[in-house]
Amino acid sequence: MNIVAPESLIFWTTIIFLLLLFLLRKFAWKPILGAVRTRETSINDALAAAEKARLEMQNLHADNEKLLQEARAERELMLKEARELKTKMISEAKDEAKAEADKMVAQAQAAIESEKKSAIAEMKQQVASLSLEIAEKVMKKELSDKEKQLKLVDEMLGQAKLN
Amino acid sequence: MRLTQTFIGTLAFIAVLLMPFKGTASDPHQEEGGGKFDPKELIDSHVWDSHEFHIADWSGHPITLALPVILWTDNGLTIFSSAEFHHDNSGTHVVEANGQEFVRYREHIFYADRFSQEKFQETSTMGRPFLYEDRPLDFSITKTVFSMILVSLILLLLFSVAARHYKKNKMAPKGVSGFLEPVIIFVRDEIAVPNIGSKYVKYMPFLLTTFFFIWVNNLVGLIPFFPFSGNVTGNIIFTLIMALIVFIITVFSGNKYYWKHILTPDVPKALYPIMIPIEIIGMFTKPFALMVRLFANITAGHIIILSLVGLIFIFETAAISPVSIVFVLFMSVLELLVAALQAYVFTLLAALFIGQAVEEHH
Amino acid sequence: MTGTLAAVGAGLAVIGAGLGIGRIGGSAMDAIARQPEATAKIQTAMIIAAALVEGVALFAVVVALIA
Repeated sequence: MNIVAPESLIFWTTIIFLLLLFLLRKFAWKPILGAVRTRETSINDALAAAEKARLEMQNLHADNEKLLQEARAERELMLKEARELKTKMISEAKDEAKAEADKMVAQAQAAIESEKKSAIAEMKQQVASLSLEIAEKVMKKELSDKEKQLKLVDEMLGQAKLN
Repeated sequence: MRLTQTFIGTLAFIAVLLMPFKGTASDPHQEEGGGKFDPKELIDSHVWDSHEFHIADWSGHPITLALPVILWTDNGLTIFSSAEFHHDNSGTHVVEANGQEFVRYREHIFYADRFSQEKFQETSTMGRPFLYEDRPLDFSITKTVFSMILVSLILLLLFSVAARHYKKNKMAPKGVSGFLEPVIIFVRDEIAVPNIGSKYVKYMPFLLTTFFFIWVNNLVGLIPFFPFSGNVTGNIIFTLIMALIVFIITVFSGNKYYWKHILTPDVPKALYPIMIPIEIIGMFTKPFALMVRLFANITAGHIIILSLVGLIFIFETAAISPVSIVFVLFMSVLELLVAALQAYVFTLLAALFIGQAVEEHH
Repeated sequence: MTGTLAAVGAGLAVIGAGLGIGRIGGSAMDAIARQPEATAKIQTAMIIAAALVEGVALFAVVVALIA
């Protein structure tokens, strides 16, 4: 055993160690551990913030993408509607025009028909009056002598009987 | 070529470093041996504590740093310089102080009138430091205490520099703190947190102080020249106090589960007469093993290195010195590892015991 | 004579501790080879186990020295 005087070492070791513990605790461990912990917290915070920012960026990006998508869909829809509208308008216009044309044709036909009828009626009238005149003239010429008048009456009577 | 030069240079440097050991070989102890080299004396003179700090020998005359001798005598406190013994360790040179006379025999200070060499020789090696009826209480600043104070100052200096760095800026550590911070984090993350758990914060100052105090003391003990080479951690009283502090902290931070585990262990009642004594003995054997482990490891390392150096003087030829020096170099590097490892093991086991004491039941 | 016996006792204790610590070290190596990712945990456990074995050996050595 390498001991000169146990009491000396017991005394001094205790004193020195406790004093060292006290001094280091106050002047070294507290500030160092505190600083280390603060730094670790700040690093963790910074990392968390970076992660958050990254996520936000991602969200933003996704939002943008979504907006773009929506806008594109809307444009598509609008284009489609416009195209439909155009088609509809054209077809309506076509229908209308056709209807109008039909109507006009119908009217024209009706007018032609009536014109035709009136023309035919007029013609009939004229033919009738003409034939009356002709008949008058023929009658007047035929009936200029009495014989012929009587012959005609007879003939007519004979015909009338036949009828 | 360059490598060989460096190697020879290193060997020469180490040889120079080991010079003080050669000096100790002709220490006062040797006078009794009659000039013949005694490896036991060489080893003792390093491993032993002493009242003065031996620096070197100059033409047969030892150069020492005299340390204060502080005695609690029958007449009260007595202080004088150890230089007054004039390097005498044979109990012949009488020093007068405070109206009393003292002699020093093999580093033990006795009252001159009560000292008897025969009685000392008859006492067993274990009992020799405890001859209190013949000697005053000795609170001297011995070589070990001097080393301890030196290490404390080194630690205070190192860590106050590091702490100032942290106060000044919050940037990444560099310089002293850049070296110390990983070690501090290691103690926290590898020793304290896994063994103690969430309550580790309270014990961090103790664990850190213990770790660095033991580590630096181990390292200082490996440096073979003044003002280092004090064998603090290889002193069983030092390790006893350290282990005692661990024991006290363990007992005082023990919660009800800890005491329940000791006093009413989870075994059939019939086994209580065996189990409870075992648990109670276990409370004491743990710090006891802590004490002996550090002491034995450090002392063994020093003894091996000194024995290897002693080979040169045992064989009385310089031809053996290359072998001796290579082995000493190897052992010294190994001891550097052991210095850190034993500090780690001591702190780890201290944390483990504290962890067992504060562990919540699960 | 007692001194010699004590030295023999201390030597026997060292043999036991050497075997024990050797086994612990070997098993730890095996475990690390099998699970390299658990190296840190295995090392800690190894050191604790080795320290316990060493503690027992130190008791024996101390008893041998005192006796």
